Amino acid sequence: MLEIKNVWKTFNKGTVNEKQALCGVNLTLNDGDFCTVIGGNGAGKSTTLNAIAGVWPVDCGQILIDGKDISALPEHKRAPYLGRVFQDPMTGTVADMEIIENLAIAARRGKKRGLSWGVKKEEKARYREMLAEFDLGLEDRMSSKVGLLSGGQRQAITLLMATIKKPKLLLLDEHTAALDPKTAAKVLELSDKIIAENNLTALMVTHNMHDAIVHGNRLIMMSDGKIILDISGEEKKNLTVEHLLEMFEKASGSKLENDRMLLSKDK
Amino acid sequence: MDFLAEYFGSLNPLSFLSALPGNIAQGIIWGLMGLGVFLTFKLLNFADLSVDGSFATGGAVTAVMLINGCPVWATIIVAILAGLAAGLVTGLLHTLLGIPDILAGILTQIALYSINLNIMGKSNLPISYRNYTLVVSASNINMAILVGLGICAIVIAAMYWYFGTEQGSTIRATGSNPAMSKAQGININFTKVIALALSNGLVALSGSLFAQYQGFADINMGRGAIVIGLAAVIIGEVLGEAIFRKHMNFIIRMLFVIVGGILYYIAMGIVLWLKMPTDDTKLFTAIIVAIFLAVPYLQKKRKTSFKKVAKMNAKNAQKEG
Repeated sequence: MLEIKNVWKTFNKGTVNEKQALCGVNLTLNDGDFCTVIGGNGAGKSTTLNAIAGVWPVDCGQILIDGKDISALPEHKRAPYLGRVFQDPMTGTVADMEIIENLAIAARRGKKRGLSWGVKKEEKARYREMLAEFDLGLEDRMSSKVGLLSGGQRQAITLLMATIKKPKLLLLDEHTAALDPKTAAKVLELSDKIIAENNLTALMVTHNMHDAIVHGNRLIMMSDGKIILDISGEEKKNLTVEHLLEMFEKASGSKLENDRMLLSKDK
Repeated sequence: MDFLAEYFGSLNPLSFLSALPGNIAQGIIWGLMGLGVFLTFKLLNFADLSVDGSFATGGAVTAVMLINGCPVWATIIVAILAGLAAGLVTGLLHTLLGIPDILAGILTQIALYSINLNIMGKSNLPISYRNYTLVVSASNINMAILVGLGICAIVIAAMYWYFGTEQGSTIRATGSNPAMSKAQGININFTKVIALALSNGLVALSGSLFAQYQGFADINMGRGAIVIGLAAVIIGEVLGEAIFRKHMNFIIRMLFVIVGGILYYIAMGIVLWLKMPTDDTKLFTAIIVAIFLAVPYLQKKRKTSFKKVAKMNAKNAQKEG
């Protein structure tokens, strides 16, 4: 499904701000893998997702989706393969446009956009049904501007937009980090449901160790631009936070000194 | 005090009224230009200054072609095409060469000054209604108003349709959220170039009509056009929001750009009627636009500000004390 082969990326090369963000990342996801990604600040989690999405070109290495090398494609040409939800709820949707217009734009991801009407009549019923499943009352506000919605509602819309046209790979970049705990739980639950129902392959970055353990069938941990742990199958099912911390110390040779992660280890 | 009485005595209300239709006609033509500015400034979120050049280009193309015996409709079409090309250049400077939006516009604008001179051959070309068949002319103001409104209706209808299509939606998305647009597979460089080209095409159409209306094309006719276009957009927006509040839809927003253009020219008519020196008209333009740009900000501030908090707290303290 997804293959990342020896990907390197350095930011601000040759300046005092030089930062080696990815140092030879290798990762293979199988069809239907739901893989959570954890690691401290600056470990390279979001950078990995951005490398896949093509926010900038990598320095070297290959990224393949279904065997097709996408590493030379610009961001908008990779979009047909990917569904993305961002950390900032403002990023994924157009505030000035209606909910239904946002969904219609997402539904045409990867298609040629011509001069036919932007939202067709038959689409409305379909979107209404999809929104009703979310149980957020959004199905009755389809012609409201997205800017009027709360962060959680916007994130739910973004999630629907990311999956409205089945992506080969769903990228969730700390998509619940900016939400309050209750809303975060709801959005996570929605993500789980959508991934399971559509049998999606997904990568989810999170700072919450508990979430990383509970969700998905696979877990990778990053540190200093490398993947240092890759846990799946039975081992993942039986994982605990304490066990994970222990494994991190063993793999990286250092104690996990990241307040945000340690603080969020308990549910 | 005598001089004041003398000054007000010299103002003739009838002369203001007689100038009114002319102001309205000019306002409509500039309102079209405002729609071009609306497209880039509001929808694409791109401050495009090339319009000062492309407005004059529209006038220059029409004048030269008329003088060379072309029918007026053909001159208008070629003027629009020339404007499209000018917008294309700004778009390519910005997207291919990474030049910031305002600078890209300024570069095109300054280049167009020379190009317009080359098109015209000299700095001023008369195209009197006596010698040519024109679409609009100051010699028949009522007709000019009607024709102007007709063209506005066509342009607004076309814009309403286009920005409702799949492609038009991508331009709106690009202006509002480029990161989302890219994630949804929209080539934002493409949408920016298209929008800039369409905007400048519209501005050139307005320039062509304005040259016909005033009976000549002039190399300086576009100077400060961006400010007048902005005036139309901002005046229209402030007024439209005051009247329609939450019911402002896309069509009303565009209609109010035309209304904004007309009001701007009526305001200028008042300024001239008050016998202010004509040398200062640009100064008045700047003042009018500054006022309308400031209104939404000041309104918001009136509702909530630090000063208000201080006042309220002082009041409460007084009550308790």
